[in-house]
Amino acid sequence: MKVLVAVKRVIDANIKVRVRQDGSGVETANVKMAMNPFCEIAVEEAVRLAEDGIADQVVLVSAGPGPAKETLRTGLAMGADRAIHIVTEESLEPLAVAKLLAAVAAREDPGLILLGKQAIDDDCNQTGQMLAALLGWSQGTFASKIAMSDDGATLTVTREVDGGLETVALTMPAVVTTDLRLNEPRYATLPNIMGAKKKSIDPLTPEELGVDITPRLEVLRVDEPPARAGGIKVETAAELVDKLVNEAGVL
Amino acid sequence: MAVLVLAEHGDGTLAPATLSTITCAGEIGKAGGGEVTVLVAGKDCRQAADEAAAVDGVAKVLICDHEFYQNASAEALAALVQPLAASYGHILYPATTFGKNAAPRLAALVDSQQVSDIQAVIDAETFVRPIYAGNALATVRSRDAVKVITVRATAFEKAVPGGAPAMVEDLAPAADPGLSKFVGAKLSASERPELTSARVVISGGRGMGSGDNFILLEEIADLLGAAVGASRAAVDAGFVPNDYQVGQTGKIVAPELYIAVGISGAIQHLAGMKDSKVIVAINKDEDAPIFQVADYGIVGDLFDILPQLKAALAAAKQD
Repeated sequence: MKVLVAVKRVIDANIKVRVRQDGSGVETANVKMAMNPFCEIAVEEAVRLAEDGIADQVVLVSAGPGPAKETLRTGLAMGADRAIHIVTEESLEPLAVAKLLAAVAAREDPGLILLGKQAIDDDCNQTGQMLAALLGWSQGTFASKIAMSDDGATLTVTREVDGGLETVALTMPAVVTTDLRLNEPRYATLPNIMGAKKKSIDPLTPEELGVDITPRLEVLRVDEPPARAGGIKVETAAELVDKLVNEAGVL
Repeated sequence: MAVLVLAEHGDGTLAPATLSTITCAGEIGKAGGGEVTVLVAGKDCRQAADEAAAVDGVAKVLICDHEFYQNASAEALAALVQPLAASYGHILYPATTFGKNAAPRLAALVDSQQVSDIQAVIDAETFVRPIYAGNALATVRSRDAVKVITVRATAFEKAVPGGAPAMVEDLAPAADPGLSKFVGAKLSASERPELTSARVVISGGRGMGSGDNFILLEEIADLLGAAVGASRAAVDAGFVPNDYQVGQTGKIVAPELYIAVGISGAIQHLAGMKDSKVIVAINKDEDAPIFQVADYGIVGDLFDILPQLKAALAAAKQD
């Protein structure tokens, strides 16, 4: 079975973003970028499926400008076999990305597509579900555990839901989105980073895939959220309770 | 045109997030979106449908009582809603795991770019939503014919019963896409209030040291009628189950009082609780970022402070 993994390049999770003064967006110039953490988990899971003999090929896909290649290299160094780079300078919305991925899936014919449940930049949490809909496939979102049946026809997915955990059996082929507890992604070793340089990254364009990526949403402005007023330190628990009762009025 | 709300419900009642979503739908309705219809799909869900019909501002309730919808499968729900979509200008889901799972599947089928997790309605096509873990707020306009939206429950009051009861109309089930099958669920049972709608939340982080130590938080929670939450670090360490997680990609809470214990305050955690009315932080590291958002902070060892806090709360309760 071939496994396709979608990955996104985002501002590093440890960076506190700055909103541009003119309200046009957040500052991205000279900011550290990295693979979206949920995408790392997706790559790790795919590589483990290959190590377990369930996947015979792991193919990465990323859509975005030139530097998306760096993110693909990171995934290749983690153990993916090859990569596809959909090159575009346009800003991409989840629906457009889902359409691009559906077009790639039509060419590649994977049995399973793994994605992160959410990108930590736009926080949309949409692409995997949209892709499953466009392909008419089953979806297992927010996965914390996956297990393939012996005959490869069913994937059992444990999902992190608001009430706890839920388990569903998906008819293959399927789209799965990863949650935090699915695995702990490996660090690429130096030999693997060197080896990844020899792996192929094939460029494609939205035009070649026949997908209209014109944005649907108009971002009118991006603002900084209202800051919280500074607080105070108290010395004792008794003083805290007194403040909560008599000052804040919440007890 | 009208606004459709997909109801999350269970055990015969609407989820609190559904009531907040109805309020949001009402705001869109008044801004030109039209009347509010609520769709209750599930098994044995008549009671929840009747509850929805009694809610102020709901003009119509659609009920589809069939086993296909028993476990809120996104595949089955999308197949049910897609044929109805053309009659609505807006289709809203609560931004819970129910809505996050189901809404985008419908959005793709109706070729709509979903607007996720909105926290304010500017007009019928313009909405405010947090991005970058809430460190920025984007105002976006959608011109899609059917706007598919998920709603941040903490940003809208819960709708209450009132007005004349709405009519309840039966909706025939759609064909079962047969793509996925529910196997089972392991849900956390708790007598305490639900995390996202509790008036008081007390959360523990890595500093708690172990799952057993969460008893210190639970004792205080019981005195306050509070829910217990956790940071990602505490969940990853296996102290508590995943459904305790408060944060950017976990649960969003905005209680009257949030008490963060042994939580350093990573951006991702702050994203889930910084809209709380009053924030208390207890941490031994005086430079912990949690103190930057806290109204009241105590620097010290939580194992000393929690018993003192429990005693002080018990004493205050006596008065």
